[in-house]
Amino acid sequence: MTSASLVLAAVVLGVGTFAFRFAGPVLRTRVDISPRLERAMAMAAITLLAALVGTAALLDGQEFAGVARPAGIAVGGVLAWCKAPFAVVVIAAAGTAAGLRLLGVP
Amino acid sequence: MWRTLDSGLARDIALVCVADTIVGVSFGAITVSQGLPFWLPMLLSVVVFAGAAQFMFVGIVGAGGNPIAAVIAGLLVNARHLPFGFAVNDVLGSGLRRIIGCHLMIDESVAFALAQQDPRRRRSAYWGCGIALFVCWNLGVLAGAFGGQVVTDTEAFGLDAAFPAVLLALILPAMRDPATRRAALAGVVIALATAPFLPAGLPVLLALAGVLVGLRGRKTDQEKEPATDEKADTTDQEAAV
Repeated sequence: MTSASLVLAAVVLGVGTFAFRFAGPVLRTRVDISPRLERAMAMAAITLLAALVGTAALLDGQEFAGVARPAGIAVGGVLAWCKAPFAVVVIAAAGTAAGLRLLGVP
Repeated sequence: MWRTLDSGLARDIALVCVADTIVGVSFGAITVSQGLPFWLPMLLSVVVFAGAAQFMFVGIVGAGGNPIAAVIAGLLVNARHLPFGFAVNDVLGSGLRRIIGCHLMIDESVAFALAQQDPRRRRSAYWGCGIALFVCWNLGVLAGAFGGQVVTDTEAFGLDAAFPAVLLALILPAMRDPATRRAALAGVVIALATAPFLPAGLPVLLALAGVLVGLRGRKTDQEKEPATDEKADTTDQEAAV
């Protein structure tokens, strides 16, 4: 594979990604949007993020991610639910996953 | 704008920056260790600036795959930014600011913005997180590309658990709204059920159908329960249990 084709591929991916990022705000300002639709769009963003959490928690590509990662996220989730500080949530999630792996849990 | 970025928010963003910098180091190191040129991870991090798509891209070209396939796979993973743009439009501004703001649109900056109620805080959370992560991510990748062989296994630090935990902590407050909670839960179920059969990126997009579940539920709530919001809320919680 030549360097030129790699550069081209990276730039095309960058431009395409920017197009996705830019399309939302541009469409949004051109179209008149009802408050109901506005709520639906905020809900859509939260739903996408929740789906990212779900898939990133349980899957590695198309395979089950093992026990340590979902266990860590579950610990973080419970702490967040109990209104623990953000730093505690994140460090506890990472620490639980790392600790379980240290003990040999996949 | 920065005055509304209080110390608590700045600290939370800084923590995410630390985690993402280490992931950036691993991205740079992994890319170079696959025999790809040292400039590729840096170029990708500047022009694409989306971790999952970047890992996908170098995974495909590093294994000798077609660069066109790598671009398509990356675009599929990044298509979620279109609906993100609808949701965070109000923080972007116009003109050059909007162009820069759009490039800073990543999962973390969107999640930090959506977690704020006040419009000014939303804006400073989005820009603060976006700019800080752009700088940290690129510095991490730079360090990794130039001999960060130390950090190739981010799983040993549990960092693969940190990213979903960050997003989860940021979206939890929005889950107090029953319709949003229904939409999100339906979305997660759809994404997990379809993920084993579909290419990466598509399951998360299909999760958007969960919004229909959220909206439909809200309509029936209102029709059946013209009572107070509080009452509708408790019924919903019971249904969820």
